[in-house]
Amino acid sequence: MSTHEERNPLTVVSPRSRRRRLQGRLMELLASLAALIAIVVLLVVIFSVAKRGLPAVNADLFTQVAAPFGVEGGGIKNAIIGTLIMTAMATAMAVPVGVLLAIFDTEFASPQVSVAIRMTLNVLAGVPTIVIGIFIFGLVVVSNGQSAFAASIALAIIILPVIARATEEVLLLVPSTLREGSMALGATRARTVVSVILPSAFGGIVTATIVGVARAAGETAPILFTSSIFANAVVTDPSQPMASMPFAIFTNSESPSQHDQQVAWAAALLLMAFVLIGSIAGRLLSLRTRRQIEQMR
Amino acid sequence: MTDQQDTQSDPGDAPEVTSAKPGTRLAELASGHDANPTEGRETVFQLDKVTISYSGKPAICDVDLAVHRNLVTAFIGPSGCGKTTLLRSLNRMNDLIPGASVDGRISYHGYDLYGSNVDPVELRRRIGMVFQRPNPFPKSIYDNVAYGMRLHGMKDDLDGRVERALTHAALWDEVKDRLKASALSLSGGQQQRLCIARALAIEPDVVLMDEPASALDPISTQHVEDLVESLKAEYTIIIVTHNMQQSARVADITAFFSVDVRDDGTRSGVLVEHGPTSDLFIRPSDPRTEAYVTGRFG
Amino acid sequence: MTTTNLDPSSIPLPTRRRPRFGETGLRLLAGATALLLVAIMALLVYETVRQARPSIQEFGLGFITSDQWNAVTDQFGAFNFIIGTLLTSVVALVIAVPMAIAIGLFLSELAPRVLRTPVGVMVELLAAIPSVVLGLWGILVMGPFLAAHVEPWLSDHLGFIPLFSGYPSSQGVLPACVVLSIMVVPIVASISRELFLSVPSDLKQGAMALGATRWEMVRSVMLPYVSGGLVASTMLGFGRAVGEAIAVTQVIGGANAISRSLFPPGDTMASRIAAQYAGTPTALSRSSLAYLAVLLLIISLITNIAAQLISGRLQRRLGGAA
Repeated sequence: MSTHEERNPLTVVSPRSRRRRLQGRLMELLASLAALIAIVVLLVVIFSVAKRGLPAVNADLFTQVAAPFGVEGGGIKNAIIGTLIMTAMATAMAVPVGVLLAIFDTEFASPQVSVAIRMTLNVLAGVPTIVIGIFIFGLVVVSNGQSAFAASIALAIIILPVIARATEEVLLLVPSTLREGSMALGATRARTVVSVILPSAFGGIVTATIVGVARAAGETAPILFTSSIFANAVVTDPSQPMASMPFAIFTNSESPSQHDQQVAWAAALLLMAFVLIGSIAGRLLSLRTRRQIEQMR
Repeated sequence: MTDQQDTQSDPGDAPEVTSAKPGTRLAELASGHDANPTEGRETVFQLDKVTISYSGKPAICDVDLAVHRNLVTAFIGPSGCGKTTLLRSLNRMNDLIPGASVDGRISYHGYDLYGSNVDPVELRRRIGMVFQRPNPFPKSIYDNVAYGMRLHGMKDDLDGRVERALTHAALWDEVKDRLKASALSLSGGQQQRLCIARALAIEPDVVLMDEPASALDPISTQHVEDLVESLKAEYTIIIVTHNMQQSARVADITAFFSVDVRDDGTRSGVLVEHGPTSDLFIRPSDPRTEAYVTGRFG
Repeated sequence: MTTTNLDPSSIPLPTRRRPRFGETGLRLLAGATALLLVAIMALLVYETVRQARPSIQEFGLGFITSDQWNAVTDQFGAFNFIIGTLLTSVVALVIAVPMAIAIGLFLSELAPRVLRTPVGVMVELLAAIPSVVLGLWGILVMGPFLAAHVEPWLSDHLGFIPLFSGYPSSQGVLPACVVLSIMVVPIVASISRELFLSVPSDLKQGAMALGATRWEMVRSVMLPYVSGGLVASTMLGFGRAVGEAIAVTQVIGGANAISRSLFPPGDTMASRIAAQYAGTPTALSRSSLAYLAVLLLIISLITNIAAQLISGRLQRRLGGAA
C-alpha cells in the first residue's frame, strides 16, 4: 500500500507544487494578519480612550463650564451644549437640502445632469474640512464675527454629500414598479415622490441623518475658524460663538495641565461613544431598511 | 414515475423507442456497431454509493458508476437531477462551495479522490474542466492558453505548446495571426474552443465538460461536438448535457439521471441507469429512461 | 341622470390642465438645491482664492518654492509644508494601501463567512473615529510610545536609512504618518472589498479549474481585473491624507523645517493652517494661510476628479467587455 500511495498522482510530490502551496498559505496568512492589525488598532484606541476617559467622567464634567485660564478644574458643560446646538442646526440645514438634491438627482434630472451632480457631490466630499472652515471664515466670519451659526453652515456643507449620497442609494433601491404603478394611476411625478417613494425610503433617510449627525459632531477643523473664541459660559444664542466638544478636546489635548488632559480624555470618550454608537445604529437601520425595501419587490 | 407498462427487459423483442434517422450516429448505434465499448478499457473513475449534499441537503444520492478510459461518457437527465453537481465533484470544484460534502467513495485510477493527502490543486491539473459559458480571462489569446502551463511550470517551448493546444481545439488556424489579441474579441464559439484549448494545454488525463455547447449557436455547437469526437483518442471525456440528441451524437456511454421525490417532499437526484448509449436509447431498461428519451418528460 | 347616447367619439379627451402647483413646486425646489450645490462649490473656490489674493499677488508662484514662514519679516512660503504633506501622505499610503488591499481580500475571499460582517464593521468603525480623538491618542499615547520604543529600535537597526536616523521624538512626522495610515486604511479597504466582490465568479472558477491555488487565482485573475479601481481608491486615500489637518497638527510638532528623518517635528499644509487658527499677526500671514488652502484645494480637486475619471472609465470598459 505504501508504494501505491507514493505513486499517487493526486498528492503533492514535486518541489514546485509544494512551493506553490506554501506560498499560497503564506499570502493568505498575511492577509489575515492585516485584518487582525486593523482590529487591534481599533481596540487599542478605544481601550486607551476608555481607560483614561472613564475615571475622569464625573458630575463636574457635565455641570461645570470650562475654568478660566490658569484655574484648575472645570468641565465641558458649555461644550456639550454647544455641540448639541451646532449639530442640530447643521443637520436641520443639510438634511432637507440633501434629500431634495437626491430626489432631483434620481427623479427629475436628465442622465447627464445626474452625472454632473454626482461628480460635484464627490468633489465636495473630497474638499479638506479645513478649507471649508477657511471658506466660511471669509464668507461669514470676517464681516459678522464668529458664531455657532457660521460653524453650523460649515458643518452642513461637510455633511451634505454624506446625506445626499446615502439618500440617493435608498431612493434607487425603491423598485421602479412602485413608481410606475403610481404614475399609471395618473399621479404626477411630484405626488409619486411625496406619497409613494419618500415613505418607502423614509428609513433610509433616517439612517442618512444619523450618519450625518455622527459625522457633524466629530468635526473639528471647520470650528477652528468659526467658533473658537467664546465665553466661558453656556451660550445658547447661535449668533454667538459657542464651545464645542471637538474643540474642547483639541485645546485640552495640547495643554500641559493634568486636569485638562483628563477632561480631554473624558470628552473624547463621550464623543467617540456617541459617534461609534451612531455609526453602528446607522448601519443596523440601513440593513433593516434594505430588507424592507427588498420585500417590496 | 410514469404509468407505463412493465419495463422491457428482454432486449430481443424490444421495439425501437427512438426513430433512428439513417446516417446518424443513432442509426450507427442501432445497428449494433459498438456492442460494449467499455470492454478491456481501464477504469478512470469508480463511484461507489456517492451522495453529495449542500449544507446537509442531498443533491444527488447513491451513485454507482464507472467511467472508462478514452471514451466519451455523457450525463443526461432533467434539470435539478444533480448531474452538474456530480461532474463538479470529480475535480473537487464543489470544495469551493461552503457546506458541500461528499459521502461514499470516488476513486481515480484506484486512488481516493477525497483522501486526506490529496491536493485539489494537483488533481485539477489532471482533471480539467470546460464550463457552460465560455469564461476566457481578460488577457490575450496566447496568455489564456499559456495560463495553466505557466502555473504548473510547463514553460519549455511555450510557443509550441500553445500552438499544439490550439490545434487540438481546432482553433489554431483562426487565431494564429492574432495570438496577442484579447481573448474577449473572439466570438462565443471561438471563446469556448479557446477555453477547451486552455484546458488541454496542461495535458490532462480527463476533460470534464459542463454543457459546453449550450450557450453557443448551432454551428459552433457542431464544432464543439466534432471536437469532442476527436479528443477522445487522447483524453477521457465526461460531458453533461441536457440535450439528449447531443449525447446520442457524441457519447459512447450515457448515464441517465432523474429526480427522486421522497415521501417528505424533498427532492434529490439519482442515477437511473447507465450503459452504452445505444442500449440506453434503443433498449432502455427503466421506464423513466424510456420516458425521457422518448420525450415524454424532461 | 338622463341616459345619453354614449358614442365614444363624442366624449371629449381630457384636456391638459395646467400643471398643479405641487408638481412644479417640487421640481423647482429640488432643482434649486442642485443650483445651490453648484453655487456652494463655486463660492468655495472663489472665496478661498479671494482671501489668498494678497499673498498670491505678493509671492506669486515663488510661494511654492520658498521655505520662509516668518510673520516678523512678512515672508511666507509653502515649500516645507508641501514636502511635509507629500512625505506624510506617501509614507501613510505605503503603510496603508497594501494593508487595506489585503484586508479587502480577506473580507471578500479569505475570511470564513461568519467573520466577514463583524470584521468588516470593525474596519469601518476605524473610519468613524473623530480625527481629534485620534490626535489626542497620538499626542498622549502613541507618540510617546513611538519615541520610547519604536524609534530607538528603528534607529539602532535601520539607522543607515536616512528616514530612520536621528533622535527619537514624541512629536514628529512618524506619528503623523501612523495617524494618517489609520485614516486611509478603512477607505481603501472598503473600496477594495467591493471591487473584489465584483469579479465574476466564472473567471475565478475558470482559474481554479486549471489548478491554481487560491492565492494564484487572486494574483493572476482578480488583481488585474480590479487594478484600475485600486488605483482610484489609492487616489481617494491620498486625498484624505493630504487634507487631514487636526490629527496631524496635534502630533507633528508644527516646525517649519524638513529633515530627511521621520523622527523630528515637521509640518504639512493642512496642519499649518490649523495650527494658526488662534489668529495670525499680520494680514499677509492670514492671506498666506488662505494661499495654503488654495493649494490644498487644487490638490484635492485634481486627485478627486482623477479618481472619478478612472473609475468611470473602468465601469464603461467592464460593462462593454465580452
